[in-house]
Amino acid sequence: MDVQSVRGFVGTKLSFADASPDVGLRKSEAMDPEALIHLVSASGLRGRGGAGFPTGMKWKFARAEVRSPKYIICNADEGEPGTFKDRLILTDFADLVFAGMAIAGRAVGAEKGILYLRGEYEWLHAHLEGVLARRRNDGLLGAAVLGNRNFAFDIEIRIGAGAYICGEETALIESLEGKRGEARNRVPFPVQSGYLGLPTVVNNVETFAWVPCVVEKGAEWFSAMGTRKSPGARLFSVSGACDKAGIYEYPFGTPLRRLLKEVGGEDAKAVQVGGASGVCVPAAQFDRTLAFEDLATGGSIIVFGPQQDMFAVAENFQHFFAEESCGQCAPCRFGNVRLHEAILRMREEGLDADTEASLRSLAATMQAASKCGLGQSAPNAFLSILDNFAGELPRPRT
Amino acid sequence: MDIPTHLQSEVEQIISVHGRDRTALLPVLQDLNRAHSYLSQEAMLCVARELGVPRAEVYGVATFYSFLSTEPRGKYVIRLCRTISCAIQGKYHPAVSALLEELGVAFGETTRDGLFTLERTNCIGLCDQGPAMLVNDEVHVNLTERSVRAIVREYRRKAAPVGA
Ligand SMILES: Cc1cc2nc3c(=O)[nH]c(=O)nc-3n(C[C@H](O)[C@H](O)[C@H](O)COP(=O)(O)O)c2cc1C
Repeated sequence: MDVQSVRGFVGTKLSFADASPDVGLRKSEAMDPEALIHLVSASGLRGRGGAGFPTGMKWKFARAEVRSPKYIICNADEGEPGTFKDRLILTDFADLVFAGMAIAGRAVGAEKGILYLRGEYEWLHAHLEGVLARRRNDGLLGAAVLGNRNFAFDIEIRIGAGAYICGEETALIESLEGKRGEARNRVPFPVQSGYLGLPTVVNNVETFAWVPCVVEKGAEWFSAMGTRKSPGARLFSVSGACDKAGIYEYPFGTPLRRLLKEVGGEDAKAVQVGGASGVCVPAAQFDRTLAFEDLATGGSIIVFGPQQDMFAVAENFQHFFAEESCGQCAPCRFGNVRLHEAILRMREEGLDADTEASLRSLAATMQAASKCGLGQSAPNAFLSILDNFAGELPRPRT
Repeated sequence: MDIPTHLQSEVEQIISVHGRDRTALLPVLQDLNRAHSYLSQEAMLCVARELGVPRAEVYGVATFYSFLSTEPRGKYVIRLCRTISCAIQGKYHPAVSALLEELGVAFGETTRDGLFTLERTNCIGLCDQGPAMLVNDEVHVNLTERSVRAIVREYRRKAAPVGA
């Protein structure tokens, strides 16, 4: 299949298009690993998979571990509803991702990389294997990257099998180990004990893609974009009720209103920022900005038009979580089913004060007591819709 | 339970590709699922023995992932995205009705000729071009009432014996 056939609409600015992956790789080969980590830290690059952990710091922790072998894992599970920017990176800029993984390997002292590709992206598999084969052939992967016998790094692709939870890094690692994708307790973190109990760096596709750009162009080039707390730019996946759904790059700190203008979604009534696990932002708050310190997101932006029934949105997302909960902890396993049933009921019968109080308490329990990020964030969309759009529910019969 | 010899040799062949250890479990099950449309009791048992993984764990893994099945499925598994970003497109509901009508089954069912299983799935990362669906590993975007019928017919044609 021609993977370019699903490229879709891409906004005008795309930093990845101006980068040359192997310039970054060559530069890093000539650098001392500590200096390399220092450079990534100085750029302020934070993880693009959602949580925004500082990438340089993660690598520093992994480098400090004495056990080996160590692993570099690229999280290409991209399952958050409304997210598809990693798809573009994998079709158009896979070289950046693989160069970024090799640079990470050099920085932390790992020789093995694994790209975990979601099963839904199997159609990208042959293309990615092709890029890997070319890179091996060009001496950019293998026992001596760039001819340097002290720089061995190779990458294997593993395919998921249809489970959103496997995007959570510890569930992903379980899945790689041939197990059910059930999240682990954290502490130890993957950098201490990850794949096969060994030190493991897990980063998002986009995080790796920025790495060679940062090495090529310098920390200042990167941190000149964005805000102090969220340096750089990132890709956004924009879909829903707008004229130009597609993939856009914006610096952090961009107001939501500006994005809506450019994608032709100005009459939006609300925007879901961050996918099912994110929050629903009503029009009154469109001056808020897209940044870790304000509206944090893994890049998913779903626009809802003036006619949208907002509790249909809440219902759709809660159904998603009820279906995708791995089932190992009770707050998430039961909580999502109960919340989903409650949303179906309130759309028919409205919501009285007592029921609302008990649902809010259930949501708080899920946020506090679920084992992993899935259950902890599962009530967010519903709560933000309830906070802003309760008036759309029928009046409860008394 | 006796393992038929052809299955035994098939499993051994697949294991020789992926390796004889626990980390190979998912790729091995994926290959078997692809070849047979599902994982039979015999297939799971054989994998358990060969990889030295408890049977219950093989079953646990096989039932965890939505792309693995322990029941026979159609030659083509259609996975239509049900996430809101696809479902709010104006073309969505007409396309769904056309798909149901063309196949004559409900979601979760397999056509009588064994060709198609129809499922709903969560976001498949094609929201900018929705409504979207996967047919096995192939992508279909911008679905409409007309295009879904044409797509189904094309797979039927592909599956038909030559000259029929
Ligand atoms: C339920 C859940 C799903 C996740 N899905 C993804 C995903 O699809 N891709 C991703 O990169 N990170 C995902 N994450 C975040 C990862 O756990 C992890 O933080 C990330 O891969 C680290 O990479 P980064 O620091 O480069 O962002 C998910 C987290 C949770 C809780």
